[in-house]
Amino acid sequence: MKSHLLPDFYVERIESRCNKCGVCVKQCPWGVYSWDEEGKEILIDYTKCVGCQRCVIYCPNKALIVKPYEGSYRPNAYWTREVISDIKKQAEQGGVILIGTGSDKPYKVYFDHILLNASQVTNPSIDPLREPMELRTFIGRKPDKLEIDPDDFEIKTEITPNLVIETPIMFAGMSYGAISYNAFLSLAMASKEFGTKFCTGEGGLPKDMREEYGEVAIVQCASGRFGVDPEYLNCACAIEIKIGQGAKPGIGGHLPGEKVSKKISETRMIPEGTDALSPAPHHDIYSIEDLAMLIYALKEATDYEKPVFVKIAAVHNVAAIASGIVRAGADAIVIDGFRGGTGATPKVMRDHVGIPIEMAIAVVDQRLREEGIRHKCSIIASGGIRCSADVVKAIALGADAVYIGTAALIAMGCTMCQKCYTGKCSWGICTQDENLAKRLNPKVASKRLVNLLRAWSLEIKEMMGAMGINAIESLRGNREHLRGIGLEEWELRILGIKGAGEGYEI
Amino acid sequence: MIGSSCGIFGVMDRSGKRFKGRMVVEAMKNMYVRGNGLGAGFAVYGLYKDYKEYYCFHVMIQNRDMGAKREVDLFLNDNFHVVDDEEIPVNDEVEVVDPPLFWRYFVSPKKSGRDQKLSDDDYVVKKVMEINTKIRNAYVISSGKNMGVFKGTGFPWDIAEYFMIEDYKGYMWTAHSRFPTNTPGWWGGAHPFCILDWTVVHNGEISSYGTNKRYLEMFGYCCTLMTDTEVMAYIFDLLMRRFGYPIEVVAKILAPPMWDQIDNMDEKRKRFYTILRMTYGPLLVNGPWTVIVAHHGEMFGLTDRIRLRPLTAGEKGDLLFLSSEESAIRAVCPNPDRVWTPHGGEPVIGRLDEKALKRVVE
Repeated sequence: MKSHLLPDFYVERIESRCNKCGVCVKQCPWGVYSWDEEGKEILIDYTKCVGCQRCVIYCPNKALIVKPYEGSYRPNAYWTREVISDIKKQAEQGGVILIGTGSDKPYKVYFDHILLNASQVTNPSIDPLREPMELRTFIGRKPDKLEIDPDDFEIKTEITPNLVIETPIMFAGMSYGAISYNAFLSLAMASKEFGTKFCTGEGGLPKDMREEYGEVAIVQCASGRFGVDPEYLNCACAIEIKIGQGAKPGIGGHLPGEKVSKKISETRMIPEGTDALSPAPHHDIYSIEDLAMLIYALKEATDYEKPVFVKIAAVHNVAAIASGIVRAGADAIVIDGFRGGTGATPKVMRDHVGIPIEMAIAVVDQRLREEGIRHKCSIIASGGIRCSADVVKAIALGADAVYIGTAALIAMGCTMCQKCYTGKCSWGICTQDENLAKRLNPKVASKRLVNLLRAWSLEIKEMMGAMGINAIESLRGNREHLRGIGLEEWELRILGIKGAGEGYEI
Repeated sequence: MIGSSCGIFGVMDRSGKRFKGRMVVEAMKNMYVRGNGLGAGFAVYGLYKDYKEYYCFHVMIQNRDMGAKREVDLFLNDNFHVVDDEEIPVNDEVEVVDPPLFWRYFVSPKKSGRDQKLSDDDYVVKKVMEINTKIRNAYVISSGKNMGVFKGTGFPWDIAEYFMIEDYKGYMWTAHSRFPTNTPGWWGGAHPFCILDWTVVHNGEISSYGTNKRYLEMFGYCCTLMTDTEVMAYIFDLLMRRFGYPIEVVAKILAPPMWDQIDNMDEKRKRFYTILRMTYGPLLVNGPWTVIVAHHGEMFGLTDRIRLRPLTAGEKGDLLFLSSEESAIRAVCPNPDRVWTPHGGEPVIGRLDEKALKRVVE
């Protein structure tokens, strides 16, 4: 059937600069560039271009420009080009449209409608370059009250294990399988160097990484139970039960057999070349009491030495669900907003299911406080955290820490081309093709990740210092330092913040 | 989170000997520029020795609303045995703006029904909260035994003269002069804040207000008085009265050591401070503040951990002074035995010996 789809990108070559070195042919996994029969000219088939920009960055002569294809249908604000293209695609293929990364739709970004406070006169701002500014964060259950013997510096209360992180930013679950070994290793290396943690996603933890990186790995136990064995659970710093994901709430996952290489098959404990299917629900969790049983089964298996997280997608009833999860015994709850990323999801799920992370944090934090159980569980906000200001706003709304996924991938090289599900990632991140994967050097990629954590941490300190706060715990849930702009009454009410221009209490 | 830059002062005779309020007023006069006439107040301990087994409520009737006064009378008669009551004497010659009516009641709890399970103190706290939130125009500004709070809109010497406190006698005094930056001065917003015999005078603006307030809400405290000093008062109530921690521990919750310091402690202390901070992080009080807290038998001063507001301490024999400025101490005690500046987060504590404490409260 002839395809009626318009091209997405157009490749322009500045002929005077091109010396036909052939780097573009080598770099492009999509088949845009090829040598002609005589091997003299480089041909361009821009219809195959996904806009990953790999060729542009690696062209030694700066001869290439990749830009959105300009030609389009008659402009229509309702039947947009994307709508028309999707219909044509489905008319040709008759299937679900797959896509990678988080939703790119222009829903209201609440982070961008929240402004931060700063000190003036009545309260001195604090200069983070001169004064201590503390970001150390503890993830896990805190006791109701401490029994103290002050004369002997003795605390008699039993303390549940907590993770200690030196910045309130961790790396979100991205599985080995979804991403390459090198990308996965880079996240582990950066976590260890900076003093934070990374989540393995649902693809297990390769055996050769356990000894060195177990202490920084939050190992996931998802509906497919891939790679879960006692050693996996016990080598880690925490365990995360994955119920849902912001990019595809309510549905499972599928790693195609082509990606299940020998090493992945060993790590996931499935035969080489077979599809790795994660069911939509955990088939041993059909209710909150089932979840409680799994939480305690995992705690038993690890001698109550590890915090157990539960990750859910931010959905309409998230506050009540979160409350149930805390009461079921979780030490931390991960809430993944509807902007959360993925390697592959049905486009319709990604773009139409869930709620914004900002609102989910606000209502969950408030609900847990109203029930007097906020201290029993940390809140980790995930899904679309783009910059240090988003981190500060998420924490002030009530999160203990954030997970970053997409931002970490971008730091390593990702350009958000949304083709992760094809396995042809030209940056070597979201692929199992050995030739592509080796493009990512873990030493360099982990350095980029460490730099990102450092840069954001410095910026967080600047923002805190300006607010007159020198410890991150004084920012947590401190909505007095947030003001809404361009928000309606109901939005301010849900977020629990005042509007810009409103002063302190009443 | 109403910011104020203020002058605070406290003095205690650690032998329990009572002295007149004149000294405190003189000290406050020496810190003229720390207030702007929009609020001042005094707490005096050992004041009502003839009625020392009864709670004394100072009730402020806003707008001299006699309907509110009648409601308070009815409420108190229903819930307490009122053994005596009178209008708090004032000097009408003194020029103050819109003074409310102040009435004092000496009471003992009359518990019934489910309330019988409550301790006397918890019962009083509950009933005070009820009056403050349910009876319009009535506020209980003082509710301890053998002590009282006098406060209002004006400079400290105006308020002192108005309530004629120079002739009151106590073994321990705290005082406050207010420079509010964000709120109209109203009589109820002046310091000291008081619940039971606990009083707080405070100079500062709490940048962790939202965090502290929302944590306290989990324990049933609702902050209604439009000032961050209230947060401070509730934190002390929670940690000291309800949890029973001594100030030495409480200071390390409000103003904990830096992680750099904790990491370099011996294992025992490291564990202690780490768990303390991990658990009570939401009660770290951030931003610039100095506070003087008093309850029978004990007075202490504390600053934030990086000491963004001043506190000076002085001693002369049994007298212990705490003050925003050294000059105020020297103005009333020209030759102190010792004057010093405490480190940020290190409490200065004055305590009565046990014999003296018995005399005061029993």
